[in-house]
Amino acid sequence: MKKKFFALPYIVWMILFTVMPLILVLVYAFFNTTPSGDVIFTTEYLASAFSPESLSVLWRSLGYALITTVLCLLIAYPAALLLSRLKPRTASILSLLFILPMWMNFLLRTYAWRALLDLNGPINQLLGLLGIPAQQMLYTEGAVIFGLVYNFLPFMLLPIYSVFTKMNTSYIEAAEDLGANKRQVLFRVILPLTRPGIITGITMVFMPAVSTFIISRLLGGAHYMMFGDLLENQFMLLKDWNTGSALALIMMILLIISMALMRKYDKDSTEGGTRLW
Amino acid sequence: MKKTLALVFAILLLAVSLVGCGGAGGEKTTIHLLNWGEYLEPTLIDQFQKENPDIIVKFTNTTSNEEMYTVCATEGTEIDIVVPSDYLVERFINEDLLAELDLNNIPNFKYVEEVSKTRTFDPESKYSIPYMMGTVGIVYNKTLVDEPVDSWDILWDEKYSGQILMYDSIRDSMMVALAKLGYDINSTNPEEIAKAGELLMQQKPLVYAYLTDEIRTSMIGGSVALAVDYSGAAVGAIQENSDLDYVVPKEGSNVWVDNLVVLKSSKNKEAAERFINFLCDPEVSKKNSEYIGYTTPNAEAMKMIDPELLENPAYPISSDVIDRCEYYKDLGDDLSLYNDVWMKLRTAG
Repeated sequence: MKKKFFALPYIVWMILFTVMPLILVLVYAFFNTTPSGDVIFTTEYLASAFSPESLSVLWRSLGYALITTVLCLLIAYPAALLLSRLKPRTASILSLLFILPMWMNFLLRTYAWRALLDLNGPINQLLGLLGIPAQQMLYTEGAVIFGLVYNFLPFMLLPIYSVFTKMNTSYIEAAEDLGANKRQVLFRVILPLTRPGIITGITMVFMPAVSTFIISRLLGGAHYMMFGDLLENQFMLLKDWNTGSALALIMMILLIISMALMRKYDKDSTEGGTRLW
Repeated sequence: MKKTLALVFAILLLAVSLVGCGGAGGEKTTIHLLNWGEYLEPTLIDQFQKENPDIIVKFTNTTSNEEMYTVCATEGTEIDIVVPSDYLVERFINEDLLAELDLNNIPNFKYVEEVSKTRTFDPESKYSIPYMMGTVGIVYNKTLVDEPVDSWDILWDEKYSGQILMYDSIRDSMMVALAKLGYDINSTNPEEIAKAGELLMQQKPLVYAYLTDEIRTSMIGGSVALAVDYSGAAVGAIQENSDLDYVVPKEGSNVWVDNLVVLKSSKNKEAAERFINFLCDPEVSKKNSEYIGYTTPNAEAMKMIDPELLENPAYPISSDVIDRCEYYKDLGDDLSLYNDVWMKLRTAG
């Protein structure tokens, strides 16, 4: 009884800010008030949420999120491997350097990139000193993906790093003793053992990346709309809460599907490794 | 449902503002002003309260006409004076939310009368008094553009590909396309709106970015040749970078005016009118306009304005500019035509 009592604040919080909003989303997405005041069920909003325009935005978001996830993984995995091999003191300082920017609001950091990537910005000035003409970097697709990778990289690095530090190195020694070469050790021992970290990293990068908003507006100059921006526009600009909720529903279903997929992979590979969550 | 939710928020907002006013009792009248941010010279309220010791002015800021509408249309609002743009005044009048002004209480009205008459939504100033005005035009960098700029056409010139900034707002961007095509900027004809949308779609590859407030900084930075912007923002940009110039294209554009109105629900109408009269005082309006950068509609204030500001091409609004420009009208349900076209443009890759 007492234990339950202590969970009460969290339960109230969850009902108010998770369950209620979800119900509201469902209500807005499927119900319409007629001028006479009757509430009727409708799929009209879901239909307009599946318009060719929103689908094109959805594909673009999924594409960006996929590229971002792959890039983050390619950068973070070797980095985490190196970090785990360093002396604990050096490693903790270096990982602090990775985490440090996360304590600053991402919006501020993204605004800073606007200044850095600008035609007259420091990067172009540096290029100018080397005799290279100014490049348009801001307001391109590349800038949007760069912004996504920059913002989500720590979310990939930390889970992988944490799995590496917990990894039992005697497996590697055993593999080496039994005659495995470096390649075999990496692909047959290290990689499977770190899989839970990779999967957590992918989940933590891919899902928020799909629904990101504002980054594509700030670094892409509103040229390359992402699904999060579309949602924001429906609510804030067009005041169309119904279609907005239908879009949010699509987004949530997609995220639930990808989460289920990740869970499945995770389950297949937990033996020997450490589960993160 | 939406209204209920808006109501709940408005009540919360009111509750918070009520707490804020505790202790202001006595025989003093408190008037509540709902205004845009950075849209009133900060020392003016003190000055007014000194001159009128029986009135206390409290103010709240807002960021959009839509938000302004929601707050004012809520029953039991405490707000007395609001500063809506032209098309919102129209909506307020249509919905019978405004008090009729007693111009006898606003003797300084005579200074803004000239501009007031041009306002198609309330030419007789029954409900509203002009506060500040401005236009939408092209800010351009004279070192990057060699030909004279006098037409919206230049924003479709491939020579300036990647050097054009558009304003990230439905009405303003559509206005540019409609004006270029020679249509009414308040058009509700679906064919005209579709054509304007196609035109914006053609322009998209040439556009560097669709921005709002950041246009000013980009233009000051000197890396962009041409941008659509509001005159008040252009005033500031030109003050900081003398290579910049501003023009209202010959095809016409939007002229807008923000207005002082008193809500019908106000219990302090007379005090509110005194405050409006104060804001129409030439000295006050001069000081105010010089601080916020938008053009005063006050003829007498205009005579005293800092000459440097008058030389700024974006500050004065000449009568021929007013002649070729139009106010935005409240489009009502037809706004959805604009929304559809705009979303097509924005979602395209």
